[in-house]
Amino acid sequence: MSNHPLTLSSAPHVHGKTSIARDMILVIGALLLPSAGAVYFFGLYALLMLAVGVLSCVLVEWVAKKMRRQPFHMDGSAIVTGLLFVLVLPPRTPLWIVVVGSIFCIGIAKEAFGGLGNNIFNPALAGRAFVSVSFAGALNRWVAPTTSWLADAVTTATPLGEGFATTMTKPELYQALFLGNVGGSVGETSALLILIGGAILLAFGLIKWHVPVFYIATVFLLSWIMGQDPVFHILAGGLMLGAFFMATDYVTSPLTTRGKIIFAVGAGILVVLIRLLGNMPEGVAYSILVMNAFTPLIDRYARPRPLGVVRAKRGANKGGA
Amino acid sequence: MKLDLLEVLGIRRAEGVHPPGRKGASEAAIERAPIPERVVLPLCQHIGAPANPIVKSGDQVLVGQVVAEAVGACSAPIHAPISGEVKPATTVINPTSGIPIGAIVIEGDGQDTWIDMQPADPEALTPDEVIARIARAGIVGLGGAAFPTHMKVNRPPGSSSIDALLVNGAECEPYITSDDRLMREKPDRILAGVGILMKLLDVKKAFIGIEDNKPKAIERMRQEIGAADLPGDVRVMPLSARYPMGAEKTMIKAVLGVEVPEGKFPTDIGVVVQNVATLAAVADAVIDGRPLVERVVTVAGIVAHPRNLISRFGASASLLIEQCGGMPAKADSIVFGGPMMGIAQASADAPLVKSTNCVLVKAADTRVEHGCIRCGRCIQRCPMGLMPLMFVNHVKKSMTEDLANYHIMNCVECGACTYDCPANIPIVSYIKLGKNRLRALAGRNS
Repeated sequence: MSNHPLTLSSAPHVHGKTSIARDMILVIGALLLPSAGAVYFFGLYALLMLAVGVLSCVLVEWVAKKMRRQPFHMDGSAIVTGLLFVLVLPPRTPLWIVVVGSIFCIGIAKEAFGGLGNNIFNPALAGRAFVSVSFAGALNRWVAPTTSWLADAVTTATPLGEGFATTMTKPELYQALFLGNVGGSVGETSALLILIGGAILLAFGLIKWHVPVFYIATVFLLSWIMGQDPVFHILAGGLMLGAFFMATDYVTSPLTTRGKIIFAVGAGILVVLIRLLGNMPEGVAYSILVMNAFTPLIDRYARPRPLGVVRAKRGANKGGA
Repeated sequence: MKLDLLEVLGIRRAEGVHPPGRKGASEAAIERAPIPERVVLPLCQHIGAPANPIVKSGDQVLVGQVVAEAVGACSAPIHAPISGEVKPATTVINPTSGIPIGAIVIEGDGQDTWIDMQPADPEALTPDEVIARIARAGIVGLGGAAFPTHMKVNRPPGSSSIDALLVNGAECEPYITSDDRLMREKPDRILAGVGILMKLLDVKKAFIGIEDNKPKAIERMRQEIGAADLPGDVRVMPLSARYPMGAEKTMIKAVLGVEVPEGKFPTDIGVVVQNVATLAAVADAVIDGRPLVERVVTVAGIVAHPRNLISRFGASASLLIEQCGGMPAKADSIVFGGPMMGIAQASADAPLVKSTNCVLVKAADTRVEHGCIRCGRCIQRCPMGLMPLMFVNHVKKSMTEDLANYHIMNCVECGACTYDCPANIPIVSYIKLGKNRLRALAGRNS
């Protein structure tokens, strides 16, 4: 028995159920709801966009890993990025833009920074920002939801866009915004589907409620204070999708609960400022990207209190990272 | 497991983890393992200076005879666990550290002849005599840390006064049931130890912290307290079963609601923490004059018959595993201690030492390490309020000085962070490396 070969390993010798792949599969599962909504509201073309986006993201990641001479793990993170990127695109985005954007998402925003865990900016939103400044014309064609699959769609103004006019009463408009029967990016129109997806993330403990709640509440309160219709502002545009799926991204948001709250409130303020004072109709993507840049700074100050350490009034945590 | 509303709402951090208990040995009554024919005694089975051997090859020794004496105050003597002949000294891998160390070898004569023990009436002993009896018996913390017990209870004039004795019966590591069984089978011995230390430390309050997954131990201890004559108020405190509840500072916070200041010891805030098995050993030493030569050890994991065995020190792991059905074919890992903090052994010949509360037989858990995705679970889980991922980052980047800014020395290496890391990062290993680098750096700078 003394010859029984033994394996040496460091403690702990047991491991919980967590894994990156498990996290990603759950996120993908939650994202299937807004994705299904995209297909329901904007036809089979949206499905084509989703397929092209996901495939190009995975392929670009594989190529980037080969170029960086690193092993490629199918952990699902590229699928999440692909889905999220397409969900924030206009419904009739040309497929070549989906491909170019995916290359930027994974190749530049993620892998060039060192791959999963090292990117500063949310890859999907960085890709969205890249294509909107690069192909502004092609991306400005918003269409109304269509029930006829693959049929030519009717151009429409999005709720937050210029020239949006409606004959609907307020409750009707709220209902349309909540269910998703309005113009907008393919995956962000239905608040209901996003909320169900978000509930899945919360139920499995993947995200904390603090980010979506503080983000949405900040937009609600600030737009109300500024004399706007707060319900309209939290339902219209990409706020729900951003709050549950983008601002909660592990890699690009702060680590601690306190940091997450600072991040969410900051992003909420930026959304309202961009929407009301900026010259862009929508500000969710930029609000999160700007706060992504603040994340290292927030992480430096929003630290937990170590057990047995009394926090000094000011000038504590000096030194920092 | 009780649900805490503040934690469910995410207002308070849900510290710690809930590894499956796997306490299959909890219904196996304590039994005596056969007395080994040969024992190997590493000279350092405690925190502090290694003991100095005082026997030479060819000497005849009796059970309980000192074979290595303590060196300085923070040390502990080692006693012969079997009677027989001393063999040439050897070097073994210390099962508590993985570092080679000298060891005494005794070949048994099969007689199990004991020294003459000197029983005493604890009521008649002076405090110094009580401490001397504890020190002479070689008692160290049997919960795993192996800190010499006489050091903890020795309060020379001028040291801070002690207000409470905290008795650690948490046994929060999965698989281990030795303390559970001891509390159920020998509560009188444990309480005798509690009484001795309460008198010695002059405290009027003692709390026995037991995780609520051991209801029988809680009930048994409560019954026994009612029947015992104790020099003060002794109370059983059921604690939520959450690893690492048995970590000293976690337990103090859970039971007494106070935090031990950073860099300080529990005694600095007037608390002495002792494990239940240590207290039973204290009673044995003070009342019976019996030195520490054996302990209850749980043999668990994938062995056919998990058991709680009283075994003499120096017995090989394989001897104990044989008592429980032998090493299954698929087992390729022997861990001394629990699965969360235990040390994997290089050989089945590894000798049982004072701190070995469990011999865990399992299939090795090998994983591929990925990059950190900053999910923050390690921060959520850390019972010490630290940011474990920062230690990994800074160790990888060799930014040793910054480790101190993140309070790396406060880490108790419980492994809660690593248990829940989705990237399979061996965070505790990085932390151990970081602590060593920081100590080396401090040594160079001083």
